[in-house]
Amino acid sequence: MVIETNNLTFNFGNQTVVKSLSLQVPEGSIYGFLGPNGAGKTTTIKLLLNLLQTQSGDIKIFGLDYQHHRTQILKQVGSLIEQPAIYGHLTGRENLINRAQLLQIPHSRVDEMLDLVKLTNAAGKKASNYSLGMKQRLGIALAMLSDPKLLMLDEPTNGLDPNGIIEIRELLVRLVSEHKKTVFISSHLLAEIEKMATHVGIINFGELLFQGEIKELQSISQPMVLIETSSTVDAANLLTKNAIEVIEVKNESILVAFKSKENTAQINNLLNQNGYPVYSIHKVQKDLEKLFLDITKAPAR
Amino acid sequence: MKGFLLSLQSEFFKSRKTLGFWAAIIMPVLICTLVFFGMYSNVPKLIKMPGLSGMLMWRLYSGGILNVMGFLLPFFIILVAYSINSVEHKADTWKTLFSLPISKWAVYAAKYFYTMLMILLCLVLFLLLTIATGNLLGMLKPELKLADFHMEWALTQVYTKLFLASLGILSIQFLLSLVWSDFLKPMGIGFVCTVAGMISVGLQWDYAYLVPYSHPMMALSSMGLRNQRGQKMKLEFFVDLFTKDLYVGLAVGVVVFIAGYYIVQKKSVK
Repeated sequence: MVIETNNLTFNFGNQTVVKSLSLQVPEGSIYGFLGPNGAGKTTTIKLLLNLLQTQSGDIKIFGLDYQHHRTQILKQVGSLIEQPAIYGHLTGRENLINRAQLLQIPHSRVDEMLDLVKLTNAAGKKASNYSLGMKQRLGIALAMLSDPKLLMLDEPTNGLDPNGIIEIRELLVRLVSEHKKTVFISSHLLAEIEKMATHVGIINFGELLFQGEIKELQSISQPMVLIETSSTVDAANLLTKNAIEVIEVKNESILVAFKSKENTAQINNLLNQNGYPVYSIHKVQKDLEKLFLDITKAPAR
Repeated sequence: MKGFLLSLQSEFFKSRKTLGFWAAIIMPVLICTLVFFGMYSNVPKLIKMPGLSGMLMWRLYSGGILNVMGFLLPFFIILVAYSINSVEHKADTWKTLFSLPISKWAVYAAKYFYTMLMILLCLVLFLLLTIATGNLLGMLKPELKLADFHMEWALTQVYTKLFLASLGILSIQFLLSLVWSDFLKPMGIGFVCTVAGMISVGLQWDYAYLVPYSHPMMALSSMGLRNQRGQKMKLEFFVDLFTKDLYVGLAVGVVVFIAGYYIVQKKSVK
């Protein structure tokens, strides 16, 4: 495991922000760390970077702990937390040179990074004049400058246009598949993570609600049958009377739990026989977005 | 140690385009130039002074510079301490600095020492420019008799004392600017304390030496006149370098500097 936490708990005053979190991030994965705003994602990342002191539980990065191996760990980690940290009075290139000097990285790497995030033309411009997307890209370049084995990115696509989002996504996928990096990426948007993540952790109110491969998340999603018919409310009553579980009733359609193909045929028959015309009937998978909402919509505790 | 030096180098790289850095250079150049021209244009009046001597002229000339800068020094420290820290506050880079593979202690200490170097740079420039412009004035206006007398050593001591006297204020202002991101809090507190320090020196309060903000003014008044050793009729300037206010200032400086590190450690990095 590249990141492993055990019962990690963190309180701000008397408010528990992270509750016995046990993360498992395998090597070579893109781990999507999902949760709504205020779920504890940034606090977790700050703990993982030793910016906040661990209060209870423990953190192991590359199997090492911060107490004895802080520098060794951080040498192999690149990070971007919330909005990118960029010196506005310096140019884009100067921002990278400053970091390269601090980390004793050859300056040739600076131009490589500028090229990678497509900022070569704007490299001489003061960073305070950059657009949000450009700042974000410079932030990603800063995170990747030292060629770290692990990238921790907190909402890295915030403020990027659709093109920019696709570019970052492709870049991250390439880093993992070609350069064997591990990426830990947080977001409040599942749709964004779904397209690249191999593993997912879902957090809300500081608690980890789901963790596993993205396939597992899809498999726990319950299949359903979507029926288009007339007078849906009456039709739904009829189905309920016949011991069929109705999940949702809308003006033009009804959602019921999927049991088997035969069961779906029976529902079709039942409706037709009772004078409810079936315009369409088919199996649907609950999409991940909805699943994510369900998982995170648990009442506040 | 390597991390400390790398951080120090980075501080220079970051600050060389900021007002705080340039203030350390512009302030001595501006003040020395202004006093130089003030004195230069006042020569006809000055040479009419009774008992005119090179010594008196040097005292007058260096005093003109020292008094202005002694008054401005606490404000300069407040500005520099703010400027060095605000670079990080504005860019929201504390979290990046403290997640570098460099010890937090080295990052913190480098920042502090860089601020100290700024003050040192400013004072060294003041010293060199006081001597240089004084000698230039002596060459342009020999009637001022500036060439007859030398007080380089006394001036070096005064500026050394001013530097040491500024460390107490520096530590306090550095910590205030580190903890608060806005200018008003450290500036407001620093301003009030500086004024209080000036009043306590002005009123010759017995415990003024305990207030770090009064130390620069006390350092200025520590220069006195005495007979040169073995020569009864020849006077020289002397500076009482190691006074109790200096020890208080250094002690406050060291304690607040170390305490600051633990406060930063405890404070969550936003």
